[in-house]
Amino acid sequence: MNRFIQIHLDEEAIVQTDPPQTPAPPMLELSRVVKSFGPVVALRSGSLRLQSGSIHALVGENGAGKSTLVKIVAGLYRRDAGEFRLRGEEVDFTSTAQSKAAGIAVIYQEPTLFPDLTVTENIFMGRQPVNRFGRIDRKAMRREAEELFQRLGVRIDPDRPAEGLSIADQQVIEIAKAVSLDARVLIMDEPTAALSGVEVDRLFAVARSLRDEGRALLFISHRFDEIFALCDTVTVMRDGAYVATTPIAETTVDEMVRQMVGRDVTELFPKTPAEIGEPLLEVEGLTRAGVFHDISFSVRAGEIVGLAGLVGAGRSEVARAVFGVDPYESGSVRIGGKGLPKRRPDAAIREGLALVPEDRRKQGLVLESSVSRNVSLVIRGQLAKAGIITNGFENRAAKVWASRLEVKTNALSTIAGTLSGGNQQKVVLGKWLATEPTVLIIDEPTRGIDVGTKAEVHRLLSELAGRGMGILMISSELPEVLGMADRVLVMREGRITAEIDRADATSENVMFAATHATGAHS
Amino acid sequence: MTTATATAPVRTYRDYDRPLWQRLLLTREMAIIALLVIVAIVATATVRGFGQPITFTYLILDVTPILLIALPMTLIMITGEIDLSVASIVGLSSVLTGVLTQAGVPFEAAIVVALVAGAIAGAVNGFLVTVVGLPSLAVTIGTLALYRGLAVGLLGTTAVTDFPDFWTDLAKMKLGGSNVPAVLLLFLALLVVFVVLLHFTPFGRGIYAIGLSKSAAHFSGVHVERTKFLLFVMSGTIAALAGIYYTLRFGSARGDNATGLELQVIAAVVLGGVSVFGGRGAIHGVIAGVLLIGILASALRLANVTSDVINIITGVLLVASVVSNSFLAWLRTRRRAPGGTARARASAAG
Repeated sequence: MNRFIQIHLDEEAIVQTDPPQTPAPPMLELSRVVKSFGPVVALRSGSLRLQSGSIHALVGENGAGKSTLVKIVAGLYRRDAGEFRLRGEEVDFTSTAQSKAAGIAVIYQEPTLFPDLTVTENIFMGRQPVNRFGRIDRKAMRREAEELFQRLGVRIDPDRPAEGLSIADQQVIEIAKAVSLDARVLIMDEPTAALSGVEVDRLFAVARSLRDEGRALLFISHRFDEIFALCDTVTVMRDGAYVATTPIAETTVDEMVRQMVGRDVTELFPKTPAEIGEPLLEVEGLTRAGVFHDISFSVRAGEIVGLAGLVGAGRSEVARAVFGVDPYESGSVRIGGKGLPKRRPDAAIREGLALVPEDRRKQGLVLESSVSRNVSLVIRGQLAKAGIITNGFENRAAKVWASRLEVKTNALSTIAGTLSGGNQQKVVLGKWLATEPTVLIIDEPTRGIDVGTKAEVHRLLSELAGRGMGILMISSELPEVLGMADRVLVMREGRITAEIDRADATSENVMFAATHATGAHS
Repeated sequence: MTTATATAPVRTYRDYDRPLWQRLLLTREMAIIALLVIVAIVATATVRGFGQPITFTYLILDVTPILLIALPMTLIMITGEIDLSVASIVGLSSVLTGVLTQAGVPFEAAIVVALVAGAIAGAVNGFLVTVVGLPSLAVTIGTLALYRGLAVGLLGTTAVTDFPDFWTDLAKMKLGGSNVPAVLLLFLALLVVFVVLLHFTPFGRGIYAIGLSKSAAHFSGVHVERTKFLLFVMSGTIAALAGIYYTLRFGSARGDNATGLELQVIAAVVLGGVSVFGGRGAIHGVIAGVLLIGILASALRLANVTSDVINIITGVLLVASVVSNSFLAWLRTRRRAPGGTARARASAAG
């Protein structure tokens, strides 16, 4: 089953998952756990119960306390109050080493492997088997790695260096490492955020085989379709507290969303029809050898064009080339009929182009800088009077955009990196809307942000299009593309393979064009 | 444009999360300034002769080259780069001034040539770093040797000592009967330029953004490479200016003038609160850093402490300041909110 199933799941998905097992003593149990940092209470009352042989989902908006809960389990934080039991015994970890020794493994979104070492060496890092001369026994290591991969049904060459592996494969290696350490509890923190459909399937197959071996898995995700496809039970958190735990078969997306936000979110993807005007962005024959080839499309005023495709299809690369941060070899980019020079983001900005990039933390924001400095970074030249800029000018501009987008922070001097993902995205949006662009390219507008903010972002995009802005939206979430876009472009292996109108776009034909060599358009 | 959600309450934002006095006083720069004041008071009270006006005059004359070079160095280090070739450019500029003067070129013209040579030397650094894409540490270690080699090669082990009296007097002139050297005015003029450039212009905002996140700056339309290139040119030019001053003050153009000065400059810049990783620092801290090292050395010399011991003390001070910096940063992240570093928390939030 691919991850592009509709957000309202069908019966198949329900039958596929097993209900939780008999209530044996839980593998891991947290109850009413409290954690605060000075005056900030990150976790008011965290409760969670993981059973062996079960995949458990943990959902909640950003800031709901999921990460804090996980960090307590991982031994990164110590709880202030509450109970934490492992196999019925009270535990209190003061370090990650203790947590690991107790059989808990946490797999993070971005694994940290040693790029120059082989896959095998990475798995056995720090505990390589040795032969009787005290030398590393490469044969034994290699054999164990192979056995491990076979057991997990993974096909990665154990001898290749970790460098160049996809994030999905890197995660699988982290999982293999955890399994070889005989971890009984595996926690995956948004493992699928950067994965494409096929990769997600592979990861899920591994997760299921681990469940069948009797391990307890915790899966943190913002993607409901995946939760319904994979998990047995779901726990919802809100505002640092436990809300409910339900067997997956007994809940619905609407119900979960209601529990997460404490209110009804009726419409997730509310693009309202807008008057489509003149073409604003025209891209013709854009080519960069080995990355993308002969890319041509246009974005009109009032239009949201969705750019769909698998991760690695070259969508972000096209966006970056159009904006001028990446090079391209041939082709042209025009804004409002005016040609843009290559590799000149400043020129693109002047002509009214804005790019909200894929990687918010590295490309979108200067993380260690304040909200104010971030919002005013691009427009700092315009803010200056006679070449002079002061904090006052910046704060005035930042205040306008922070309040329009409702960034949740008290002060403009707050360091951007301390905000939640959704609020960081709002700061990036504010920074670019402040340039008053005519064309907005937005790459993964809602990746890793919570449901409430997601709806806000969608409403905002719809509103901007309604006011005549042209929007190119790159998204790996098909419901988002289908719900928001007036027109869908699909890329596969560096080429545009289909262009589908809103009325004709379905998850099937978009998915087909994204995965098959001959798309609908040839 | 209206707000994205109609139901939520309208938010108000404070400009800062800390009151004014905290923002002004609880900074690393203020800590260095406080230390500077304390050292100055203690030295005046305990070291015989330190309070004399002549000590002050010599102190200013001594630290002027460091002060000058520290200005562009601060900007370069905030972008996360470094320029180790500055002292060699001082030497090169000194030799050029000397050789040209000796060859009968008018002194004024020699100065201009030396300044242009400094700018070119900086441009070579900038080219290798920004266009070729080499790390500035490696590039400027190379040009440190190259420019010094050129300087010594041009003049050999001899020295040129014959300069117009007007210019040598000017370098040591005091302002109208006071003990304040006139060269201080030159520094103050450049100080104003660099303070404005770094702290009050869009260009300066770009410098900080580059130091904190090169890629985010690039994605925001900041001219990352052009900015760095310009800074290296500035650094070369100011180093050449310092070289001319050096020559005039000692009345001697030599190939080995100011050898090792780059380390004193960098030590003072780091002591003044500029992060070696880029993105942090301010000019007033750097000035305090230069003066702190200068006063300490001057007072200790007057107290007949040998130069080895002075070096040891300066070194310990520098290490202590770097350690305290990391320690303070660690404290701050612990206090601020949900544990870990800013980066770790950010990745957890995503």
